[in-house]
Amino acid sequence: MNKKQKKMLIRILITVALIIPLSLLPLRGTLQFVLFLIPYLTIGYDILKKSWKGIRNKQVFDENFLMSVATIGAILLGDYKEGVAVMLFYQIGELFQSYAVGRSRKNISELMDIRPDYANIERNGSLEKVDPDEVAAGSVIVVQPGEKVPIDGVIVEGSTTLNTSALTGESLPRDVSVGDEIISGCINMSGLIRMQTTKEFGESTVSKILDLVENSSSKKSKSENFISKFARYYTPAVCYSALALAILPPMIRMIFLDSDPAFGTWIYRALTFLVISCPCALVISIPLSFFAGIGGASKEGILIKGSNYLETLSQTKVVVFDKTGTMTQGVFEVNGIHHSKMEAEKLLEYAALAESASSHPISKSLQRAYGKPLDRSRVTDVEEISGNGITAKVDGVSVAAGNAKLMTRLGIDYVECHHAGTVVHIAIDGSYAGHILITDLLKPHAADAVSRLRKCGVRRIVMLTGDSKMAANQAAKELQIQEVYSELLPGDKVAKVEELLASKSEKEKLAFVGDGINDAPVLSRADIGIAMGALGSDAAIEAADIVLMDDDPLKIAKAIQISRKCIRIVYENIYFAIGVKIICLLLGAVGIANMWAAIFADVGVMILAVLNAIRALFVKKL
Amino acid sequence: MKKTYKIEVDCANCANKMEEAAKRTAGVKDATVNFMTLKMIVVFEEGQDPKAVMKEVLKNCKKVEDDCEIYF
Repeated sequence: MNKKQKKMLIRILITVALIIPLSLLPLRGTLQFVLFLIPYLTIGYDILKKSWKGIRNKQVFDENFLMSVATIGAILLGDYKEGVAVMLFYQIGELFQSYAVGRSRKNISELMDIRPDYANIERNGSLEKVDPDEVAAGSVIVVQPGEKVPIDGVIVEGSTTLNTSALTGESLPRDVSVGDEIISGCINMSGLIRMQTTKEFGESTVSKILDLVENSSSKKSKSENFISKFARYYTPAVCYSALALAILPPMIRMIFLDSDPAFGTWIYRALTFLVISCPCALVISIPLSFFAGIGGASKEGILIKGSNYLETLSQTKVVVFDKTGTMTQGVFEVNGIHHSKMEAEKLLEYAALAESASSHPISKSLQRAYGKPLDRSRVTDVEEISGNGITAKVDGVSVAAGNAKLMTRLGIDYVECHHAGTVVHIAIDGSYAGHILITDLLKPHAADAVSRLRKCGVRRIVMLTGDSKMAANQAAKELQIQEVYSELLPGDKVAKVEELLASKSEKEKLAFVGDGINDAPVLSRADIGIAMGALGSDAAIEAADIVLMDDDPLKIAKAIQISRKCIRIVYENIYFAIGVKIICLLLGAVGIANMWAAIFADVGVMILAVLNAIRALFVKKL
Repeated sequence: MKKTYKIEVDCANCANKMEEAAKRTAGVKDATVNFMTLKMIVVFEEGQDPKAVMKEVLKNCKKVEDDCEIYF
């Protein structure tokens, strides 16, 4: 509890201590009025002050005004006990609310406690702690066991185990050693490492994520906007209704029925009306639910950029996947060497050398499969034919490595491969020498992820890929996805997603899931763009609405479930709070609900709604 | 230009009112108040001095909610 809250708690306790003996004593008249004024002012002076200031600033209708009028009215009617109680419970409710909000604020900021406070720089043999902001890219820093990696970089000395759970939600530690790239925000668990930074602090992963998290929930959802609009019209509306309730019925009784106007009864009812109508329960519990939902999701490594996205995500009925890197590992591996006219090893060597200048994943996998260091000086006359492949001279011998189009272009007969995957045909000295089959493996949870999505009500699952038809169909079969579109260029993907967007109803939302490397246009075109394994990919973090920090596709279904739970809680609170209030208002107007029921409708409902909202934070078991 | 400011305010409804007040201030293109993170994000119109505009924003906010603070 902070200072303000403690002070309020003391005021509440004093008031309770005063009101109990006062209500037991047989007091009468002015003495009673004066004595009750003591606890009333103790608990309510700031509310009275605020409402007076509100009136002076021409901002009349707010909770303070409602409470002041209701309690002053009650006291003037002689209901001293009720008057003080309304103020007391209102303050208890406010205290509870401020405490609950403070706790969840703290709770959520602890979850995302990845901000590194310092970086260690070695100077003259001793370590010096400096602000991470002051470390230039390319500096060497030291990370000791137990410390956070402050800046993205590459290990130059030592090996260790990293805890990445704050970033990815993945509890399994990761082993790293010299040459490995590591990202900021991880915690060094075992050994001392020296690393060379590759970025400045402001450009590092941890800064990007903190920026994203801290600015999330600034984009407000429809429900939140509804509530703030609602509150704007609601309070004046109730005030005027209360006024009408206090004046009209007695007038009617007096003029038309010729009976006693019973002003006291009707004013009491009008005051009850005011107490019930306080909109706090709604105004606080809705943003709190979204805040808790977004916080809970980030604990699971799912970053949501705003509560509006949480709302849209919960209505997702169509999920469109990219294949490579999303459902597959995106790591290509040489799976076979067929029809080789020479030793397989030799063919691989030629292919790896010819492709050695390229940074394409295919050439990387060839180099990996070859396994030995490549002497680039053996390669000359490299020519890259976009969309076809590469021709080069290796040890003076001309080598062509590429797809079927390259072979046709060079007029070389080739053998078709019967397996799904990417095929690299090789021709040496103008004659066909065989082909190398490279495949991409499905992620272990990919099939499970698809079936979970179906279970949580996703009606249509579509896979888009730039890959060949055969590879796409094979992956789709294993994943049990019926709808698949292959051999698409990035532009085609946008067109396809637009087609899908047009074919569904307005209420159903479409989510696109990509690995974020070249999917930025599609990510922003879909109703909801989800980027996976986006650590280190700035473009994806910018373009996507939801960022999955690790690359486990199971998290997609989890994100949808979290959003559904959160939205369910939001609606529960809206219906519950408005429902109870309307019932109490009606009962109050006809005189069945008294001031005590009104206090429940105000404070009780608010406490219940806040407790319900906090539930959105618990998402582990979804 | 967009800037984020730390704010202090006690109730969610007051935060909504601050948002309204900030939006109405001259020189402010758009404003969002996030009660949960206690932040105010202000988008300024071209060529406005944030400091001067924020003074007006604070004045307007104080009018609708006396018990608030903006740190700038």
